Amino acid sequence: MTQHHQRKRRPGAGRKPNLVPTKAIRLPLPLVKQLLELKAKGALEVNGTIPASTLSSVAIPLFESRVQAGFPSPADDFSEGTLDLNTYLIKHKAATFFVRVTGDSMTGVGIFPGDILIVDRSLPHSSGKIVIAVLNGEMTVKRFKQAGDEVLLCPENDKYSPICVSEDEDFSIWGVVTNVIHPLL
Amino acid sequence: MNPIFALIDCNSFFVSCEKVFQPHLEGQPVIVLSSNDGCAIARSNEAKALGIQMGAPLFKIQNILRKNRVKVFSSNFSLYGDMSARVMETLKTFSPSLEVYSIDEAFLDLSSLREEELFSYGSQIRKIVKLWTGIPVSIGMGSTKTLAKVANHIAKKHPFGCYVLTKLEDIEEVLRTFPLQEVWGIGRQWSKKLSYVGLRTAWDLAQADIDWIRKTFNLSLARTALELKGLPCSNIEGLVSSKKSIISSRSFGKSVKSFEDLQEAISFHASKVAQKLRQQKSVTALLNVFIRTNPFHAEGAYYTNSCIVPLIFPSQDTAVLIKAARAGLEKIFNKGLDYKKVGVMALSLASEDQIPVSIFQNSKDLLKRQTLLKTLDKLNGQFGRDSLFFASEGVHKTWCSKVSLKSPSFTQDWTQLPRVR
Repeated sequence: MTQHHQRKRRPGAGRKPNLVPTKAIRLPLPLVKQLLELKAKGALEVNGTIPASTLSSVAIPLFESRVQAGFPSPADDFSEGTLDLNTYLIKHKAATFFVRVTGDSMTGVGIFPGDILIVDRSLPHSSGKIVIAVLNGEMTVKRFKQAGDEVLLCPENDKYSPICVSEDEDFSIWGVVTNVIHPLL
Repeated sequence: MNPIFALIDCNSFFVSCEKVFQPHLEGQPVIVLSSNDGCAIARSNEAKALGIQMGAPLFKIQNILRKNRVKVFSSNFSLYGDMSARVMETLKTFSPSLEVYSIDEAFLDLSSLREEELFSYGSQIRKIVKLWTGIPVSIGMGSTKTLAKVANHIAKKHPFGCYVLTKLEDIEEVLRTFPLQEVWGIGRQWSKKLSYVGLRTAWDLAQADIDWIRKTFNLSLARTALELKGLPCSNIEGLVSSKKSIISSRSFGKSVKSFEDLQEAISFHASKVAQKLRQQKSVTALLNVFIRTNPFHAEGAYYTNSCIVPLIFPSQDTAVLIKAARAGLEKIFNKGLDYKKVGVMALSLASEDQIPVSIFQNSKDLLKRQTLLKTLDKLNGQFGRDSLFFASEGVHKTWCSKVSLKSPSFTQDWTQLPRVR
């Protein structure tokens, strides 16, 4: 068994206290070298901390006119923003897709090969709408017509005749076409 | 008002995304591979029926794929990300309180509904999500998130795709046969441990004494047990919290031997990590660099190693991270091996405005670097990813295999839109 003695400090033993209080800090080794170099150069500035304010960025309001001679721009209060085609053309963002036209079956309504169609999947596909239909695994743009049980996919070009969708065919409506983007240049 | 949570889970999500724009895939066996075509990470029902397991390495299933003409895709993560955002956006219209839990799962708070309305509301959610986005989902509901997860398991196999687990007798019946391993937050390891003390089904855990569980195991298991009893321990977390660690890694298309190629790859990943750090306004103080050879390779021993590189000053600077990652690589690189995967992980993250600026850093230089990196990010945002990159990432990136089986960027590139006749 080891015996534990209550150890007592001998008065006056150990290192003499500093006049100014000190604090030991840990530094990564590579920094010690750097620190000593800086100290040797006399470049080490005590209290050389960087004020946090110089590091944070300030967001400048987008809409702000300079106040000159006490008169703010009278137009500031009347800003209505700019026109955004996205908000004009797209009503349901999550359900809206773009597709590219390859065929000429719809030229009669101004849909030409190479045009881009805006398709909204959330709209109901009532008879008469121009839709993207999936027929036997292929996507096609046609006018959707429904009378009773009969489903017709109608092209808008005299070169082609309407497709009558029979019951055993694999058929579904992918989405409703809302706009066509046709370049003129 | 009783709390009601709904878990909405997209069915075979990656495969479903491919099907939306390629309708001819309907009814066919389809799989999506992990990055660089390592293994199967998503399977259509038809592919599951062929016995293709989740995570099966590609070379092990080549025969099945060929014999059954399985349609195989490389992962197209930017497409899946866009479709995920659309699904979440749609779900938001059903409840103000939504928690995006993963790319293909979300919790909704439906506490304001009456119990008898739940099923029809769930069916409505399924219908609308499918209509708007083309993605089929399954919905499970319960009085806690854990029970909603259990309900979702049943919904997946249910023809209606929606299952409400709120009646006490239903809960008992379901939990009695529900294996612990499938319970949210309990994996294979834990279920094994718990089986030693006689806990085998979710019902066993729900009946166990909570104090005993907390003392014998841990608090999070006690919480799971409480949630199985129907007492919510976790709520909808609306705010996406910043990630606690950030990783960038990828398997090589073919194995890589040379130190220079590995250096390039490591630099590439370090740069990606730095970019992600800046995106979420974080800095890192610790990098983990790891490399490994092919574990499935018959000849040659399997070698894997990693190295922690502490940064003197927490940073989000690409140059600093690249330098540190390369130093780490030098330590763990073994000559003469065929490497299959490398990566960089940033640990010990902190918010960028908490950077303790040291007296040893020059504030002017720091500001300059920040401006430089901001410009870099801005240019890459404007002109496309990797328009501007660090030379050490390599210009030709020979180690980076070309993604061959990837579907077009149907929703993100004007030249790759779906085509209609």
